[in-house]
Formats: sequence, structure tokens, C-alpha cells
Amino acid sequence: MTDETASNQSASPIKRFALLWAVIPFLVLAAAISWLFATNPLRSFENGAPPVENLTYERTILDNAGLRLLIRAGGSEPLKIAQVQVDAAYWQFTLDPPGPLARGQTAWIAIPFPWVLGEAHRVTVVTGTGATFEHEIPVAVPTPEVTSGSLLSQGILGAFVGILPVAIGLMFFPALRGAGPGAMRFLLALTVGLLAFLLVDAVAESFELAGKSAPVFQGGAMVVFAASASFLLLMAVSRRGGKPGGMALATYIAIGIGLHNMGEGLAIGGAFAAGSAGLGAFLVMGFTLHNITEGIGIAAPLLKIRPTFRQFVLLTLIAGGPAVLGMWIGSLAYAPHWSALALAVGAGAILQVIIEVILFMIRNDEGRADILFSKGVMGGLALGIALMYVTAMLVKI
Amino acid sequence: MRNWLPFDLGRRKLLGAGLAAAGGAAIAARSALSQDVSSQHQGHQMPATANGTGDAAPLHMQAHGAMITVGDVDDARNGFDPTAMLTDWDLGTLSTLPDGRRLRTYEVEVEDKEIEIAPGVMFPAWTFNGRVPGPSLRAMEGDRLRIILRNYGSHPHSMHFHGIHAARMDGVPGAGVIGPGEEFVYEFDARPFGCHLYHCHALPLARHIHKGMYGLFVIDPDPEKHPEFRDVALGRLRGSPENARWQELAMVMNAFDTNFDGENEFYACNTIAHCYAKKPIRIAKSRPVRIYLANLTEFDPINSFHLHGNFFDYYDQGTTLTPTLKTVDLIVQCQAQRGILEFTFGEHADHEPGLYMFHAHQSEFTELGWMGMFEVVEDVA
Repeated sequence: MTDETASNQSASPIKRFALLWAVIPFLVLAAAISWLFATNPLRSFENGAPPVENLTYERTILDNAGLRLLIRAGGSEPLKIAQVQVDAAYWQFTLDPPGPLARGQTAWIAIPFPWVLGEAHRVTVVTGTGATFEHEIPVAVPTPEVTSGSLLSQGILGAFVGILPVAIGLMFFPALRGAGPGAMRFLLALTVGLLAFLLVDAVAESFELAGKSAPVFQGGAMVVFAASASFLLLMAVSRRGGKPGGMALATYIAIGIGLHNMGEGLAIGGAFAAGSAGLGAFLVMGFTLHNITEGIGIAAPLLKIRPTFRQFVLLTLIAGGPAVLGMWIGSLAYAPHWSALALAVGAGAILQVIIEVILFMIRNDEGRADILFSKGVMGGLALGIALMYVTAMLVKI
Repeated sequence: MRNWLPFDLGRRKLLGAGLAAAGGAAIAARSALSQDVSSQHQGHQMPATANGTGDAAPLHMQAHGAMITVGDVDDARNGFDPTAMLTDWDLGTLSTLPDGRRLRTYEVEVEDKEIEIAPGVMFPAWTFNGRVPGPSLRAMEGDRLRIILRNYGSHPHSMHFHGIHAARMDGVPGAGVIGPGEEFVYEFDARPFGCHLYHCHALPLARHIHKGMYGLFVIDPDPEKHPEFRDVALGRLRGSPENARWQELAMVMNAFDTNFDGENEFYACNTIAHCYAKKPIRIAKSRPVRIYLANLTEFDPINSFHLHGNFFDYYDQGTTLTPTLKTVDLIVQCQAQRGILEFTFGEHADHEPGLYMFHAHQSEFTELGWMGMFEVVEDVA
């Protein structure tokens, strides 16, 4: 008791002292920065080399007025857009906002270019130093305008590739209910297999998109840490109420799949907005088949309980709905870093459910970890991955 | 789900209904766009025809829509003006040698200089006398020439003349390539007469040419040496009364690789992309035109010159007094090839005053800046 009082008394001068030392480092930093700018002690490093420049294309819009491109500047000094070529010819353009672009700043370039439907065009920006930055429009089609009609048709498409297959997958539930412990183990392993496929796919794709995004976002680090954060967050949330099983586990699987579908939806919506994607019935069918496996995965942990119809609908919406949402957002405001971020978050969520499903399998078999290497589990894993891989062949371009 | 972004042309048959719907919208888009452009034309026509020069850019837009570089180059900052360059001949300083022959002395200084080669685009050039192309040197057949080269640049340089001279005067490594801070005097007789050129022959050659180290070197024929074509020679001789009626223009076709990838981003006649499109060259309808044309384009094997609405006679390398090609509207030159073009807008009733385009007939070069206009007028004040 007396010790505590003593420490409380001495605390206030110590705290004040500590506070002072929380300020001093900032003062030193401010002094260093002002010295750097005032006296330029680094001038011996100025070797006459031109500034490092970077430019990233984030959106492309083709409409009545020609082409419009959203660009983001990067580099060591403000970027001057001097001239713009389309297909190796200089075209008049307007820059909005005009003038040099600061690091990380975005601007719209509008070019009154008579683009040709269904053909490819190449835009090249020439900066004040003569550096060039190219952007390819692989297939010129008018960018869908955002109307209630286009949002509705995108919603229907999203439902077709996101919600419908999950619902169909869940419809296997009654058929799977009678499964014995061996079949149950097999189905859970199949779920892990399909999730593993999605994890690899999401990570690969988010790194790819991160590579296309502006360097200021540091795509690689962004993907890794966004995935880690979502993994840890979902892990912490799911463990609050004990080890998840049954409906809770199914919900987390649905969340993971949903986040993944959201990232995919963003990319698809963005592809439409960029005019670079067309969609055939064959492709839609491929996506639908591919995603049915996801529905079976969600159903697997539910086999020992009796969920209500309403719960099934909710699970379907959680897993499939984000595809619709992603498509809308993607077509309205697409940039590669958003898709990369959404896919990274999805990857973290998928990793969380993979771990939870494996732990659930072990608990289901009286804590025997050795069942993980049984023929049934290995077979389920292989089948899950194979199903996803083969159906993905339908849509890989 | 898969990445839909890359699009393979072979897959286009899958596009189906979506593309068909898009097609309708695009057709509507195009007709809207073309209406927009035509209304722009009408807007520009009113002021454009009034007096010519000031409204050049809108007149050009009439012909090519919105396909042109944006903005204007700061000629004052560059220190040279492409329009003035057309008629800016360096005749040297005249003096008489002890044997009575005429001596022409030229002074040329090399300077590293950042120049604006298209609006807003800076290029780190190596220049002769602060300009690209370098000075258009001009002499008469038989003159003794003395060219004093001073290298104030950061690399070794030289002047290699296409002409008749001693090996010592060739401007190649070991014979007239000089380091920074050094001076060299090239000396030889002006011959043969013709439309020639000089360029830096320090190595690597491609880099030194591409950086802007070249210029015209014209030797006018001595009328006394060509009695059978005395009138023609007099017409070619700078300063003679017969020459005064000619409208002579110095043109060097060149290009710039601004991102150093071995391909040119900008093409031009006399360095500045689209300069004569935005500010047409005024031509008096009643007087003949003579162009001294050389190709110093690096990285592309050939360049060309095409004249709209007219034909010309061509003297390849200018070393003859009769045309080597008669009545053509297109000639092709490889690098360092050059020649003289002669034509007039005064002979045919169809040649009403107006804008007559000229450009390389490689569409790519044209659209990347090598395009200009002659503005033919009844009389130049």
C-alpha cells in the first residue's frame, strides 16, 4: 500500500519528463527538415539527371466525346503532361485539373479521339522530360453509363455468377445430411480444398492487381498486411465466443467466400467500365459452375444441425451478394488498388476459415489430429482443389 | 473466379449480346462526335480566312481535326525560331587570299543545350551554334573555306562535311574530332556545287546525330564554270539578281527519341513538331520556290517529302543543273541524302491562294509531328 502511494507521488514529474521526451524528437525532426530545405546540404548529389517519373492509368472511359483516362502521378518531382499520342499520332487533349501533377495526385485526360468499335487503341502520354507512358485499350467498346438500367443488369449478372451458384450448392444440403462420419470428413476436406484454391487464387490475383496500381500504394506490402489484418481480425472475432462450429463456422466460410467474390466483382465491374471485357453465355456458365462448389463448402459444417430456411438465405447472400456489390462499385469507381485490397482482405478471411474448418474436423473426430492424413481427407482435399481447378479452366482466358 | 481483364481477339465471338448492344451506342457516339467537330470548323472559319497568319492553327484544324500537338514552343527560350531558320543562311566572313581567291571563314561553337522540341517537351541536345539543325552554311563553288570549330560541349565532337577534302579534314576520330575545350580548323575548297550537309562524326555516330549535331552545307554553282547553263547557275547563286526572285527555304528533316528507347517520339522539319502547321510558311504565288532539303532522321531508315496540290522538279544532291527527277510530288531520302526541290504556284489557274500541305508520306511520321503548310498568297508584303 505504501509503495503504491510513493510511486503515485513520484509519477507526475516523471510523467512530465516523459511527455517532454515525446515532444523533443518531433522538434529535432522539424529542425532537420527546415535545415534540409533552407541550406540544401545534399546539393552534391544533384548530378543533373532528370527526375524519376511515374504514371499509372487507373480508369478508362470511352464515350461520345472520345477517350477519358484517369491517371495518377508518381515520381520525385511534379509531373508535367506535355503531349498525348493515340496510336502513334499526337492529339489535342485537355487535362483536368491542368498543370503539373504532384506526387500521388490524379487527373483526367480527355482526348477527342474517334475510336473504332471493337478495335485496339494505344494511348501514350509524353511528359515534359520526354518520358513516355503507354496504356492499351485492348478492345474499344463504349463504357457503360451508370443508369438504373445498367445497375440492374449488372445486379442480375452478379446474382447469376455470385448468388445463384451458392444457392444451388446449398441445395445439396438435404442430400448430404444423411452422411456418416466418413462422408462428413470427406466433405469438410473438400471444403478445405476449395478454400485453399481460392486462397492461392486470391493472393495471386491481388499481387497481380497490386502490380498494376500506382507505386505510392506499395502494392506488395498492402496486400500482405491487408490479408494479415483481416486474418487476425476475423480470428479474434470468431474466437470471442469459443471455438466456432456449425452455423458460426458456416457463416465465417460464407464471409470469406463473400469477400473474395467482392474483389472479383470489383475487377469485373472495373473491366466493364474500362471497356476491356465482353461477356458470353459460355463464360457466365463457367463462373456459375465454378462457384457451385462454394455452396457445398458452406453446407458441410451444417450437416449435424438443422438450420432454418432463413439462415440458408442469409448464408447465400453473405457469400454471393458481395459479387453484386463489387460489380456496382467497380463500374462506378474502379482502380486496381481497390480490387487488390478487396482480394487481399478476402485472402485473409479465407485463411481464417481454412484453419477453423481443419480444427472443426479434428474436434468432430474426438480430437484426433491423425485423421487429417486419412484417405478420406486426402481424397476430399484433392477433389475440392480439382473441382475448382477444372471449372476455372472454363473461365481462364 | 477468373481474371477477365486481358482480352484475346480470338475470343471476340463470345461477346454476343453485350457487344451488339454496345455497338448501337458507339454508332450514336460517333455521329455525335463528328457533328461536334464540324461545328468547330464553322466556328474557326470566320476569323481564319481574313488575313492568314494569325489564325493558322484553326485553319489547320479544319484539315486534321484535333490531331495535333497541344500548345506552342517558346522560341525565345530555345534561341532559334523555325520560321526564321528557313531563310537564315550563314555565308561566313569574306576575305581575299594572297593568290586572289575568295576565302570564307565560318565560326561554329558546340554547346550542350536543353531545347523544347515540341510544346512542353524538353530534349537534352548537343548543338552547333545553339540551334538544331546547326547553321545552314553556304558558299560558292571554288571558294576556299575555313571552318573554325570550338567545342564547349561535354563530349568530343567534330564536323564531318559531305564534300571534297583531305583525309586530315574528314572530321572522323584521328582527323578533326576534338575534345571539350579544344578548337580545330577545317580547311578545303568548296566543291562540288550542290546541296550538301555536315554532321558530327564522333562516336557513337547514332547518338551524336540523334542529339542534333547536323546542318545544311550548300555550295552554289559558279556561273562562269557552267556556260551552257549559265542562267540556271545564276538562279542558284545566292546574292545574284537572278536568285533574288526565288523563295529559298532551308529544311532539315529530323526526329527525336525523347525516352531513349531507339524509336522516335517526335518527327519534324527543322526540329519543332508541327511548327509549320501551326504557323504556315508564306509563299508568294508569283515567285518560284526552291527547297534545300536534307534528311538527318536517326533510327528510321528513310524519310520522305510530299507536296499537296502541286508537283516539283528534284535535283538529287543538287550536283546537277538539270533535274534528276522531273514532275514528281514525292521524293524519298535515306539518312544524309539531300536534294533541291523546285516548284511554283504561279503557273496553273487551279492554284488559288490557300493552304497547301507538305509532309512525310510515312503516315506515322506525319502524325508524330512532321507536317506543315504552305500558305500561298497573291503577294507577300
